[in-house]
Amino acid sequence: MDTESKALDTFPKYLLHSAEIYAQRPAMRHKNYGVWQSWSWADLLDEIRCYSIGLQQLGVQPGSRVALVGGNRPRLYWTFAAVQALGAVPVPVYSESVAEEMQYVLEHAEASFAMCEDQEQVDKLLSMADDLPNLKHIVYDEERGLRDYDHNRLHNFSNVQQQGRDVLAADPEAAQRWLDGIAAGRGEELCVMLYTSGTTGRPKGVMLSYDNVLVSSINGNKFDNLDHTEEVLAYLPLAWVGDHIFSYGQFLTAGYCVCCPESAETIDVDRREIAPTYFFAPPRVFENLLTSIMVRMDDASSLKRKMFAYFMDVAQRSGETLLNGGKVGLADRLLYGLGNLLVYGPLRNRLGMTRLKVGYTAGEAIGPEIFSFYRSLGMNLKQLYGQTEASVYVTAQPDGEIYPDTVGTPSIDVELSIDDNGEVLYRSPGVFMGYYKNEEATRSTKTEDGWVRTGDAGFIDGNGHLRIIDRAKDVGKLNDGSMFPPKYIENKLKFFPNIKEAVAFGDGRDHSAVFINIDLVSVGNWAERNNIAYASYQELANHPDVYKTIQEHVDQVNRDLSKEELMAGAQIRRFLVLHKELDADDGELTRTQKVRRSFIAERYEPLIDALYSDRTEQYIKTEVVFEDGRRGELAATVKIGDMQIYDAAADQPQPLQASA
Amino acid sequence: MTTTQSNSAQVSKSVISGRASAAIQPGEELLRVENVSLAFGGVKALTDISFDIKKGEVRAIIGPNGAGKSSMLNVINGFYHPQEGEVWFCGKKRRSLKPHQIAHQGIARTFQNIALFKGMSTLDNIMTGRFTHMRTNLLMQAIWRGAAEREEIENRQVAEEIIDFLEIQAIRKTPVGRLPYGLQKRVELGRALAAQPDLLLLDEPMAGMNIEEKEDMSRFILDVNDEFGTTIALIEHDMGVVMDISDRVVVLDYGKKIGDGTPTEVRSNQAVVDAYLGVAHD
Repeated sequence: MDTESKALDTFPKYLLHSAEIYAQRPAMRHKNYGVWQSWSWADLLDEIRCYSIGLQQLGVQPGSRVALVGGNRPRLYWTFAAVQALGAVPVPVYSESVAEEMQYVLEHAEASFAMCEDQEQVDKLLSMADDLPNLKHIVYDEERGLRDYDHNRLHNFSNVQQQGRDVLAADPEAAQRWLDGIAAGRGEELCVMLYTSGTTGRPKGVMLSYDNVLVSSINGNKFDNLDHTEEVLAYLPLAWVGDHIFSYGQFLTAGYCVCCPESAETIDVDRREIAPTYFFAPPRVFENLLTSIMVRMDDASSLKRKMFAYFMDVAQRSGETLLNGGKVGLADRLLYGLGNLLVYGPLRNRLGMTRLKVGYTAGEAIGPEIFSFYRSLGMNLKQLYGQTEASVYVTAQPDGEIYPDTVGTPSIDVELSIDDNGEVLYRSPGVFMGYYKNEEATRSTKTEDGWVRTGDAGFIDGNGHLRIIDRAKDVGKLNDGSMFPPKYIENKLKFFPNIKEAVAFGDGRDHSAVFINIDLVSVGNWAERNNIAYASYQELANHPDVYKTIQEHVDQVNRDLSKEELMAGAQIRRFLVLHKELDADDGELTRTQKVRRSFIAERYEPLIDALYSDRTEQYIKTEVVFEDGRRGELAATVKIGDMQIYDAAADQPQPLQASA
Repeated sequence: MTTTQSNSAQVSKSVISGRASAAIQPGEELLRVENVSLAFGGVKALTDISFDIKKGEVRAIIGPNGAGKSSMLNVINGFYHPQEGEVWFCGKKRRSLKPHQIAHQGIARTFQNIALFKGMSTLDNIMTGRFTHMRTNLLMQAIWRGAAEREEIENRQVAEEIIDFLEIQAIRKTPVGRLPYGLQKRVELGRALAAQPDLLLLDEPMAGMNIEEKEDMSRFILDVNDEFGTTIALIEHDMGVVMDISDRVVVLDYGKKIGDGTPTEVRSNQAVVDAYLGVAHD
C-alpha cells in the first residue's frame, strides 16, 4: 500500500484498514434462520471485494449511481462499500415510499443500477422500469419468488459475487487493480446521496462528500469515546442520515460491530439478545417501548406492580442525579442499589439496554417524562440535534450536562449562530456539498461562507445549550405582539400520554387556542378501568371526565408556559377535544404523521370561529374518507373549554438535575 | 482468502419436498382415486368418485356444505378406507393403513379446526412435523450427544427455513395458544411443510380469515407450490381464492362428482352452477 491510500480519507480505505488491524474481530452479524451469523473484518473485506468486482463486471463505473432499496441487511450495507470502492455513488432510497416517489428519486439521481432486498422491491422497480431509461441492472439479495423472472437485467447477489470471485481467481492482477481503484479515491469526492424525506415538496438529494461523513463520524466517535468494542443494532431506514452515520460511517471509522435484525418484527427480541452498547432512536421508539413496559406491568402480579411503583419513585428521586454523578443521600443510594437489583436491572435487560454506554434520541422533541424515565433507570440517554445537510451532528448533550428541554451544546468542530429572525445557523466540516441538480435550493440554504440555515427557530440558553422552539416559518405572533410557537405548544401537550395530537392556532389572533385529539389506547384503557362504557372515539372524546382530565393537562401546560419569559404570552385560552381522530387519509396529517395546520384550520372553520367567540359548544359536520376509499359524514356537537391564564413569572429555565 | 466457518449465512437450503414421489416427473400422476365409494352405516358420503392429482399442481376440491369434501380428503390421506374403489399413490395401490403408516407415507395435512399443541411454541410445533424424519430412539435422545444432536441440528435447520419462509420469526418462541387465528393457521401449514410431504392436503386453509389474511395465505400456498414444487390438494369455500390459485378443480355435490377441470371449465359447467345456486333435485 502506498502512502496515499494510508491517508484514510474514504470509506473503502477504512475498510482495508479495519480488515488489517481488526482482522478476526466481528464486524457484522445478521440473525438468519434463528441464529446470529457473523462476519469478521477479514470475511467482510473478502465478501465486499468479490461483490464489488462482480458489480464492476456488470458495468458499474466511477460516477455510476447505485440505488439501494431495502431494509437493514448485511448485503445492502456491503453495497455501500462495494460501490464506493469503484468510485461510484450509493443512493439509499426509503424502501417504504410509494412507487411514484421512489421513481422520482431514481430518476432524479440518474441511478443506473439498483440493489434490492427482495421480490417486493424488485417488483416495485420493474413496474417503473419503462420510465427509468437509465436503470440498467437490478441486483437482489433474497431470491425467493424471483426464480421465474426474466433475468436479462436482474441478477442474484450470489451470482454477481461469484462472478467477482471467478475474476479474482482467473486474473492475479485483478485484486491489485481493485486496490489501486480505492487508492485513487479522494476525500473531497461525492460519497453518498441522501434524499430528504420531503414533507414539503419534492425530495432533495443531499450530496455528502467523504470528508463530510468521515469527519462527522470520527467526531461522533470522539465525543462519546466509541471504539471497536461497541455493538450496535442496525434497524433504522438506510436512507436516513442517522442510520448512515451510525451503521456505516461510525461502523467503519470506529471498527465496531453492526448487527442486522432478523426482520422488522423481531427487533425487540434481537435487541435484547445483542444488548447494544450504542443506540440511536427517534423518540417514538422510546415512547413505544415505554408503552409496552407499562402495558406489561399492568398485567403483572400485584407484588410486582407494587415493587415497580415503589422503585420507580426511588429512581425518579435519585436515578438521574446518580447518573449525572451528583450527590445523593445514603439511604436513597442504598435503595437505588436495591432497586437496581430488583427492578431496573431486569427492566434494562428486557429492553436490551444492559450494556448501553450511550443512547441518543433525535429527529423530534422527546417528552421530558419519557426522557427522565429512561435516564432514571441508569441508561445514558441523550438528545441530539442534527440534519442530513450537516451529516447529522449540529448539537449534542455532553455527558453530565443533560437538560430535558435543550438539545445540547455544539458538536465538535461545529459553529453555531442565531439569525436576526431567530433561525439557527451552523457551519461545520459536515456541511453538505449541495443539493443535487438544485442550485437554487442550495443557494437559499447554504450561504457563500458555508453557513447553513436549519429552518428551525431557537435560542441559546444561559448554560450555552441550544433550545429549539419550532420551525422558523411556523413561529407567528399574537395580536398583542407576543411570540406564538405552535409546535412548541403542541409538543408540550402531546407529551401527556392521554393526548395523541394537538393543533395550536393563534398567529394573527388575540390568543392561542388548541384542538386536541385524545389517545384512544391510553384514554380507552382508563375508561375500561373506571367502568366507563363508550362505543366510539367520538363518544369517549365527549365524556365530561375526559374533558376534565384534558383540562388539567392544558392547565399544566399553561403553568409551564407562564414560567418561560418568551412563551408566557402564548398560554392557551380556549381548547376543544375534536370529535374525530386526525387522519392522513383525510389529508389532515402528512404520511409521516405531522399535522397540516392550515388545512385543518380551513376544514374546521366553524370550530375555529367558535374558539374565538364566547360560545361554549359548536355543531359541526365533517366528511371523512374510510381506509377503503368510501366516504361518510360525521356530525357532532363539540364542547369548548375555557382556561385560566397565569402571570408571567420570568425565571430562568431550570434543568431537572443541576447537580453536575 | 477463505471465508471462515462462522460465515454460514449462505447455508445451503435443504429441499422441502418429499422423497416418495422422487421418481415421478412433474405433470405425471401422483395420486388417483378410482370409483371410490364410502358409507357410514346407511349414509353414503361418497359415491363412485374418480379423479387424479398430478405432481406439482394445486388441485382444489369444492362443493356445497355436506358434499363430502372432508371425507374425500380423509380417503386421500388414508384415514378412511373406502368400502369400494381404489386409491393409488406414487404408483402403488393403497391398502388399509394404521395411523403410523399414514404418517409415514408422505402426505401431510392441516385441519379445518386448528389442531396444534396450544401450550407449545411455534418452533416446537413445527419440530413435531419433523417426527417422521427422526431416526434416533428415545435412549439416544436422552443421551443427546452424537447422533441425536446432529439430527436435532438438521431438523432445526429445516424448521428454521420454514419459519423464514412463512415469515413467522417474530413468534418463534411464542406459545401458539396465544397467537391470533390467522397466525395459528400459518403455523399449522408450517408443521405440515416440516414433514416434507409429497402431497400436502389443506382443509379450508382460509376459513374464518379476513381479506388480508386470505391474501397472505394464498401467497404462501402459491409460494410453497412454486418454491418447493409441493403438490397441493385443498378444500376451500371462497370461490374467488379457489379460482385464482388452483390449476384444476373437482366439484362434489351430495357425494357425487359433478365437475372436474380447469377453473374456467368448472365455472361454465351448468351442473356446478346449479349445485351452488340451489336447483331442486328430483
